[in-house]
Amino acid sequence: MMKLPLDNAKVAYARSLAERVVSPLLESFAARSTVSIERAVLRLYGVDGVDHEDIPWPNRVVDRLKQDGRLTTGAARALAATVRASGLPVQEAAVHLAQHGLESDLNDPTEAGAAREWAELEARKALTRLAATRQARRETRLRLGTGPTPQKYLIVATGNIHEDVPQGVMAARQGADIIAVIRSTGQSLLDFVPHGETTYGTGGTYATGANFRLMRQALDEVGEELGRYIQLTNYASGLCMPEISVLAAQEGLDMLLNDALYGILFRDINIHRTLTDQHFSRMLNAFSGIIINTGEDNYLTTADALEEGHTVLASQFINERFAKAAGMPESLMGLGHAFEMNPNTEDGLLYEIAMAQLVRQVFPEAPIKWMPPTKHVTGNIFWTYAHNTLYNLVGVLTGQSIELLGILTEAIHTPFASDRYLALQNADYVNRYARHLSEEIQYAPDGRIARRAAQVLDEAVGLLEKVADEGLVPSVAKAVFAGVTRLPDGGKGLAGVFDRADTYLNPFEALLARQEVRA
Amino acid sequence: MIGIRKADLERLKPYGDTMDDGKTQLSFSLPVPAGPEAAEAAKRLVLAHGFADPMMVRMEAMGPTMSFFVFYGAMQQTIDYKNLVVPKAEFEALDMHQIDDLIEAQFGRRLVVVGACPGTDAHTVGIDAIMNMKGYNGHYGLERYKMVKAVNMGAQIPPEALVARAIAENADAILASVVVTQKDLHITTLTELVEVMEAEGVRDRMLAIVGGPRMTYDLATELGFDAGFGPGSYAEDVAAYVAQELLRRQGKAMPVRA
Repeated sequence: MMKLPLDNAKVAYARSLAERVVSPLLESFAARSTVSIERAVLRLYGVDGVDHEDIPWPNRVVDRLKQDGRLTTGAARALAATVRASGLPVQEAAVHLAQHGLESDLNDPTEAGAAREWAELEARKALTRLAATRQARRETRLRLGTGPTPQKYLIVATGNIHEDVPQGVMAARQGADIIAVIRSTGQSLLDFVPHGETTYGTGGTYATGANFRLMRQALDEVGEELGRYIQLTNYASGLCMPEISVLAAQEGLDMLLNDALYGILFRDINIHRTLTDQHFSRMLNAFSGIIINTGEDNYLTTADALEEGHTVLASQFINERFAKAAGMPESLMGLGHAFEMNPNTEDGLLYEIAMAQLVRQVFPEAPIKWMPPTKHVTGNIFWTYAHNTLYNLVGVLTGQSIELLGILTEAIHTPFASDRYLALQNADYVNRYARHLSEEIQYAPDGRIARRAAQVLDEAVGLLEKVADEGLVPSVAKAVFAGVTRLPDGGKGLAGVFDRADTYLNPFEALLARQEVRA
Repeated sequence: MIGIRKADLERLKPYGDTMDDGKTQLSFSLPVPAGPEAAEAAKRLVLAHGFADPMMVRMEAMGPTMSFFVFYGAMQQTIDYKNLVVPKAEFEALDMHQIDDLIEAQFGRRLVVVGACPGTDAHTVGIDAIMNMKGYNGHYGLERYKMVKAVNMGAQIPPEALVARAIAENADAILASVVVTQKDLHITTLTELVEVMEAEGVRDRMLAIVGGPRMTYDLATELGFDAGFGPGSYAEDVAAYVAQELLRRQGKAMPVRA
């Protein structure tokens, strides 16, 4: 394999800086919770469904507890006390809790102890069920096998799950390894997860448990037919990160976009809300064996790829550290980057290779997620097809893992069936034609590519030093990433963050942190 | 030797490699298995759309029940180009320095432009290309203009918030960028934006401009905007239009430049 001459000491130093960036925030994760974490806890216990106004019961319960000033001890404790006092099954107890509020006295030590015992026992059972789902999926994946890397990732986005399913199946038959169902525009800003099978969405389809199940089942069936395991991915970003992680674990998804920094910068979600959400969400993803995809590629849609490449690398180091803190192994860290340089740049291909190879070598075990050109795509579909061909070449040359295929009608409409077909033809052609190219050539030790990679690493270290000194939250306020400013008390969702009471209970968090239930 | 025929502007049609050959590329899919029946169906569809000599150059099976086609055909329709009237934003093209000079000389103050992606649209690539310092493709954005105060509110801004900010900034123009157009989402959002401006009584006080990959001047004016900018527009187009349109409204003509 061709390798860049990398300064390993500098890479290690960058990692130590990322640790300095992330460590101060870990304390706040332990001291706070959010409405979406509490709703995720309820979902883990089995609370589901919606009321007559289509409001999910997890929202009804959490809203009620919040209104009554009883959320700070955790939804787990309230649910447990209600189940104990009423003798009702979980779902009915949750409905009762939403309608009547918490009727038990949590100050009674005997009752409090019994409630805690129930909460812990049921949490163990719930995690054991999720572990079984993960294990079954792992067995299917091993039995059928997955396609060679770069794995071809294609999106469907009709808005109607019943239309998405045949499109996903068709894409799998044409050679896709990974199917993503793009979410409806604006779902990331909903502070609830819609329920049931949905047939209306703009620019995508709502992420719901039922929609996950339909697509999962269809991809499993076509996977058996093809003798190839087809992976399914969705989006645990926005205001409902932890809940989407729960639904994805329950329904057997393989990957999730999961990146607080992305939500902060591009969806204007409050930094405290989403970092707190992300931590619990990633703990769940780690347990469920779900690969996360991070969104650094998006930086380059607003910032310039040639000038700001180092912000991508710096953010990847930070995202790696956040993921480690949540217990994720590197094999689940699909760190993101993109092929977004201006095609008018002389030697742009060399700089793209430098960046892709650098990311590959710095995170050798991570299933790197590689994104196609979007910013400089013009609507000239013939030109875009050429653009995507070079993107594919860099992907196979530098050994990218998860490759979102460029679509010739990018920026025009959600992909036609034929757009996906042509994208797969392009990728298959390049991957086949250049399969072992990287084994045959080497980088000039002091050539343009090596110098560019060294420069990006140097600049990333410089940026990380600054962020480590100033702190992540103030740095984001100073538009360090993607040229976007986000203030600590700005953005959406801050009202959903609360300080935990001393008696706060979330048995899932404790069990996941201690890794007592093995997946 | 006969010269090359000139285009007949009253009966314009596509040019492949010979004047008036009408040659056109087509590609599409049919939800049936590739085969002789699919090929015949595809050919008849092309014929039915008025293309003469339909030539199927490629049919591929995209799966068991889907076929993909590439066709060529000769378009028979013509259009009277000579008498075509297309409404568009009327302004003289200027570069950044010329625009700054014009604003300084004619207004003596910075023009204020407030921009955003209104509604649920999360795609800032368009508004950033027009407004951010860096601009796009070598064309600086409005932030770079000495004589423009550019306020970029970013994505997913409710129309009320955009208008409120424009009022607070005493803006000369509002810029809305819409990228997501599936299910006509942008129509709803843009209509709402104009309604909010009217409700706040500022519709006549500031220019309302919209841009996006699917935007045309026609659609923009139909929705109640002053102008619409489609793909290939840069900051200097928007700035030149804003300055000149404001001048026009003040009854001043564009000064003749040396």
